[in-house]
Amino acid sequence: MNVRRVAITGLGMVSPAGLSVDENFQNLLQGKSYVDTITHFDPTDFKVKIAAEILNFDPTKYMPKPETDRMDRFAQLAVAAGTEAFQNANIEFTPEQEERFAVIVGTGIGGNQTFIDTCKVLDQQGPSRISPYFIPKLIGNMGAALLAIRYGAKGYTSDVVTACASGTNAIGDAFKRIHYGLEDFALAGGSEAPVTPISIGGFSVMRALSKRNDEPKKASRPFDKDRDGFVVGEGAGIMFLEEWEHAIQRGAHIYAEIVGYGATCDAYHITKPSPDARQQTRCMQLAIQEAGISSQTVTYINAHGTSTLANDVTETMAIKNLFGEQAYNIHIHSTKSMIGHTLGAAGGVEAIVAVKTLSTGKIHPTINLETPDPMCDLNYTPNTMVEDDIEYGLSNSFGFGGHNFSLLFKRGPA
Amino acid sequence: MTREEVLQKVIPVISDKLGIDEDQVVGDAHFINDLGADSLGLVDITMALEEEFGLEIPDEDAGKLETVNSMIDYIIKAA
Repeated sequence: MNVRRVAITGLGMVSPAGLSVDENFQNLLQGKSYVDTITHFDPTDFKVKIAAEILNFDPTKYMPKPETDRMDRFAQLAVAAGTEAFQNANIEFTPEQEERFAVIVGTGIGGNQTFIDTCKVLDQQGPSRISPYFIPKLIGNMGAALLAIRYGAKGYTSDVVTACASGTNAIGDAFKRIHYGLEDFALAGGSEAPVTPISIGGFSVMRALSKRNDEPKKASRPFDKDRDGFVVGEGAGIMFLEEWEHAIQRGAHIYAEIVGYGATCDAYHITKPSPDARQQTRCMQLAIQEAGISSQTVTYINAHGTSTLANDVTETMAIKNLFGEQAYNIHIHSTKSMIGHTLGAAGGVEAIVAVKTLSTGKIHPTINLETPDPMCDLNYTPNTMVEDDIEYGLSNSFGFGGHNFSLLFKRGPA
Repeated sequence: MTREEVLQKVIPVISDKLGIDEDQVVGDAHFINDLGADSLGLVDITMALEEEFGLEIPDEDAGKLETVNSMIDYIIKAA
């Protein structure tokens, strides 16, 4: 099969740390927490009262007011990040090229708040008062569909749903489609708006969330001995992928190349990672094998790094399994330490952070890493950013259900 | 209710739902052809007007209300 190289030529991101890629990246380098007491709803009755929210997002900057009423917040965030990525790629299409343009936007739970609001309408006013926009607001594929409509993408358009790994899964699948020649262009990433009562309540009863309500800025602390769960965040991260030769010929700025994609399943438990970390190990290994490079040349990992007891130990074990002694020389960090876990968006957001890290040589810190867990003894870039020259880096995402995905990036040409 | 009173209540609802200026909402405007509504938007407007005027417009009637005037006529008759 004639495989093609895949360039990343556009980036878009909204998160609690900013409304653009540059704002986000600059803020993340500062190493501060965006976790605080929940404002999107009244958390009084909840055991968990904290999250990382986007406080200044104005959807009317991206679409007319009536359209904002027809979209759930997760879709608004997808449109915002997708718009930035597409504009950043600075490309125009012929009608033929539109048919070679894919959109894959993952989400873990789709229109969460819309679902809650409509259940109330159903209960209090009856079925005939359900909005005609309820279904299109609810369904998780609307992030992808709205971007396809906006930019005329008439190729493969889909939504992948693999919980906290959705964003990485989406980018990896889009990479494969271009790699194998099915399309030439793609918008791909993830989006999520899960700071809602049902989602915070649901994760909370699973004992998955940090209850550090009195010290929200300290709550997300991946790899730290005193971590007590993850913090929910919201956001979207979407990138524009392009067949390499096309990007070169039009003189596009290439941030990075996707050179490998690993996908495995623990096939073990609905939420717990397999304690032997074997499939997480193999996932990273597959990405590296695809690139045909030595694992010794990988010097950076944007970790899944959730701040849960189980994940951080298992992921550390997987990295050690694969890299051996070299594991101690890898720059590892967790974006979730600052903006929480954006679930289906996390893979998109973190892929963008990884690409920016490769292209700038600036590695944001993992904050709140005060007392390292003895089981987590690698270099997680504690508390202060560092700089280094990085050619190859991985971004990992592991989702409920045992879905493991790793993307391997190579720094773009200077 | 006079026609004028109904019109004054209908205009802001339609303008808000479709994101258009109030002066575009004229009597003979067709919701879909002139005001840019789609079929879902028309249902949304109909439901908002049902709420505004405290009445129920059955689906078989709603399907025939394609212009601002026909909507107003229906409301005057039903209210």
